[in-house]
Amino acid sequence: MADPILELRDVKTHFPVYQGTLFKRQTGAVKAVDGVTLSVGRGEVLGLVGESGCGKSTLARTIMQLVPTTGGTVFLEGKNLTASSAGEVRAMRRDMQMVFQDPFASLNPRMSVYATLAEPLHAHAVCPESEIPARVAELMEVVGLAPRFMQKYPHEFSGGQRQRIAIARALALKPRVIVADEPVSALDVSIQAQILNLLAQLVRQMNLSLIFIAHDLSVVKHISDRIAVMYLGKIVEIGPAIDVIDHARHPYTRALVSAIPTADPDKERNRQRIVLAGDPPSPINPPAGCSFHPRCPHATEVCKQAVPPLVKVDATREVACVRWQEI
Amino acid sequence: MALLTVTDLRTHFHTRSGVYRAVDGVSFSVERGETLGIVGESGSGKSVTCYSIMGLIPQPPGRIASGTAIFDGIDLLHCRPAQARAIRGKRVSMIFQDPMTSLNPYMRISEQLIEPLLIHEKVSRAEAMKRALAMLEAVGINDAAKRIHYYPHEFSGGMRQRVMIAMALITQPELLIADEPTTALDVTVQAQILELIRKMQRELGMAVIFITHDLGVVSGLCDRVLVMYAGHIVESGGVRPIFYEPRHPYTRALQRSIPALQQKGAELYTIPGLPPDVSKPLPGCAFAERCEFASDRCRTEPVVLSECSPAHWHACGRVARGEI
Repeated sequence: MADPILELRDVKTHFPVYQGTLFKRQTGAVKAVDGVTLSVGRGEVLGLVGESGCGKSTLARTIMQLVPTTGGTVFLEGKNLTASSAGEVRAMRRDMQMVFQDPFASLNPRMSVYATLAEPLHAHAVCPESEIPARVAELMEVVGLAPRFMQKYPHEFSGGQRQRIAIARALALKPRVIVADEPVSALDVSIQAQILNLLAQLVRQMNLSLIFIAHDLSVVKHISDRIAVMYLGKIVEIGPAIDVIDHARHPYTRALVSAIPTADPDKERNRQRIVLAGDPPSPINPPAGCSFHPRCPHATEVCKQAVPPLVKVDATREVACVRWQEI
Repeated sequence: MALLTVTDLRTHFHTRSGVYRAVDGVSFSVERGETLGIVGESGSGKSVTCYSIMGLIPQPPGRIASGTAIFDGIDLLHCRPAQARAIRGKRVSMIFQDPMTSLNPYMRISEQLIEPLLIHEKVSRAEAMKRALAMLEAVGINDAAKRIHYYPHEFSGGMRQRVMIAMALITQPELLIADEPTTALDVTVQAQILELIRKMQRELGMAVIFITHDLGVVSGLCDRVLVMYAGHIVESGGVRPIFYEPRHPYTRALQRSIPALQQKGAELYTIPGLPPDVSKPLPGCAFAERCEFASDRCRTEPVVLSECSPAHWHACGRVARGEI
């Protein structure tokens, strides 16, 4: 991609596993993110999907430098974040903000909306103190909240309104990249639609780049330009949103797509379902070869041998399956 | 005769800040072998309806203000406690949303599985264990003979939900109430669990009440659907009429806000505002404040369910009068 705003090269985040009480020794590692390479363009929405435990949240935290990276590099605007000092990373956070899943847990219950939204403005000293109230009011309007609620506390708001506050907080420093980790999963359908519309509108108006993490494929398809599918710490398929969902190449993506129920009784009752057996394997001790092979309906001996690399299947698609041409 | 008939159920919660009418005049029935879906947003009263039938409402603060729930001739809300106990867990069982918290972490799976059998069927432990093992195999737990002695924390979320289902079905109930059994699970595991419920229903011929907020799950699983809003049923009918000819503006709005059914990238339809505060009196339609079709009459005149075509009911005054 020409001039990406965010670039990840072979990023790995492993968490050590210790055993023994007195003489602790490392016996293994949870390979939460295990060699992810991707880039995000300016103003682009990249959807990231996968089952729980596949490493999508850890990837988000790795991008934000909230967890130590084990290997690989993260570039923001061409600057290497993994090699930067803590101070430099803190300064870079202005350009990169996060929205978390649970708006009930991600807002401090003892801070009013004003205090919550003013904090990043104070911390980064982006505007004179006297302008902060006006800036907070402006932020609230941007996300569709009336500024007269400024002195209220999080418990006085509904889930959807709290998520708006969390989005306003992320926007306070005028970032260029937002990482949203399951921002609508905790919300009802009708409220979910409001938040999706808001995010889509903000991306357009402010030319933001958005990494949108969710496990609901229909939501991801709706908002994303491109989609990356993760399985056990690796990207197994990436490409334009419509292609990935409607013409999935990787057997795992196909199974994911087929698992979403459609709200249309006739179609739902007559469609072919691929029901995967079992649960995802442990990321401490992933299966040899393709980590999906024990659950894959198309697996052969070849799949057990080597880890399939992500290969280009056309100009915009990449798939990590050795048998993509046959199946 | 229907297996379960609920008439005019009202469950209110008396709190310091007022009386919350969580369920306010709900009537429905479930036939033998049928799957009934109850859909609605959080706080619409769908779970409280089922908890009331099962006698799981903490009283106080809860109070069943009125209503009957006749299960095979016995009113579950007004019968003697011993009578209700003989039905609950035996002929009617329930599975809950969160398999992480609804199993006892201190008890082995085997103990939890045989408990309903020992209580309700007076069988020997050995016999109960044999049936528990068979049930665990039926819900698709591999290596069941070994795993039956495990503790819940040794199981994944999907497996725990399978154990919950095994526990609910071990007494071969006539009615299974499933309260959002797949909401906490991944889509792939959800597909497995839904398939399992379908299979067990075919084999045992039981009726199922399936509570969910996911219209997609309802469309594939249910025969009939109730749509709830603010403690009331706003629409009920067969699954095809509800999806293809929804009458109530709330049902229509819900469908329009699902991303999968819309053009990609198009602005999603949103329902303005928030659900009403059910502790305040609502003289008219509860949805009027958020409804794009609401007139002054909607806000003041009480609404009643009316039948627009056989077995398809809705509670919209304007639709009933043919105005929209």
